[in-house]
Amino acid sequence: METATNIDGLEVVYAKPKTLTDTPTHYCPGCGHGVVHKILMEVIEEMNIQEETIGVAPVGCAVFAYDYMNIDMQEAAHGRASAVATGVKRVLPDKYVFSYQGDGDLAAIGTGETIHTVNRGENILMLFINNGIYGMTGGQMAPTSILGMKTTTSPFGREVATMGNPLKITEMLAQLPGAYYVSRHSVHNTAAVRKLKKAISTSFKYQKEKKGTCFIEIVSNCPSGWKMTPVESNEWLEKNMFPIYPLGDIKVPKS
Amino acid sequence: MIRGTIIVSIEICKACELCVTACPQDCLELSAQLNSKGYRYAQLKNDSCTGCINCAIVCPDSAITVYRQKKEIKSATQKIS
Ligand SMILES: Cc1ncc(C[n+]2csc(CCOP(=O)(O)OP(=O)(O)O)c2C)c(N)n1
Ligand code: SF4
Ligand code: SF4
Repeated sequence: METATNIDGLEVVYAKPKTLTDTPTHYCPGCGHGVVHKILMEVIEEMNIQEETIGVAPVGCAVFAYDYMNIDMQEAAHGRASAVATGVKRVLPDKYVFSYQGDGDLAAIGTGETIHTVNRGENILMLFINNGIYGMTGGQMAPTSILGMKTTTSPFGREVATMGNPLKITEMLAQLPGAYYVSRHSVHNTAAVRKLKKAISTSFKYQKEKKGTCFIEIVSNCPSGWKMTPVESNEWLEKNMFPIYPLGDIKVPKS
Repeated sequence: MIRGTIIVSIEICKACELCVTACPQDCLELSAQLNSKGYRYAQLKNDSCTGCINCAIVCPDSAITVYRQKKEIKSATQKIS
């Protein structure tokens, strides 16, 4: 980037990672997808694995992730990212492979693929962006929408009798023997972003050691779908999403 | 006090204000001008920036480059105190 040179006795201490392209993202202002992309690409830059990493993009708002992440990428049909990542990893076992999916993608249409990928213990990193809504298609209810949440398909709020409880798919997946490392994070403040970064680099290290599936959920915002400002959405997320989706490790390797 | 500054990519910024709330020094604001996308971009409003990088970490559009006083100067002052 043209700004990344030292100025006036000051040195650059933070610049956009080179593993991100210069293409401006199409994401709404304040959307967590952008932060997750950046942190993931920072890890890949710092581990120096840009040439060895292959990502699989979802259908959902992150459908154009391949335009932003400057690595080899493959787009998958809706919900099928983990199945495609399985194929990629099996053909190219020495590459680092990750899938990147939203909640509609991973926990609704792709539930079958998700469960069986983790059950087989595929040696990949699965990133799951849980913003509790279908962002791309205009804010319909997702399996992970919380009770009382108003969406275009639950205009009076989600209620158990007709719509069921929010699906804690991450806790479910952690039960499967193939799941090696399962952790829940967020990107709503700097401390949270730093923790996520650590979890991503740990997962790539486990992948190198052929340990099995690493699964990271990121509880994120969708200011447009939630009809809030970005700052309000992060406050709402802390107050309303974290009690249902508490942050922290869910399954860690036995030492 | 460690001296720092930031440069915001004006045309990339989307005025989400997440950097403004992340700044512990309260040195960011949205501009009165608009960029070509129609957003009020983030800018420094005073010189209290320490180069802590908090704003840049939370920026979803990676629009912020952060600069900080060189380390040698910092370690020299640390030796004195
Ligand atoms: C087979 C198929 N069914 C439905 C759709 C419509 N569709 C596109 S994105 C999407 C849901 C996206 O939601 P999510 O995965 O939560 O991602 P977000 O946009 O919130 O990041 C749906 C249902 C589609 N593209 N393909
Ligand atoms: S609709 Fe929601 S998830 Fe999609 S880019 Fe906008 S804020 Fe992000
Ligand atoms: S966080 Fe980034 S995009 Fe949002 S206002 Fe600040 S510089 Fe602009």
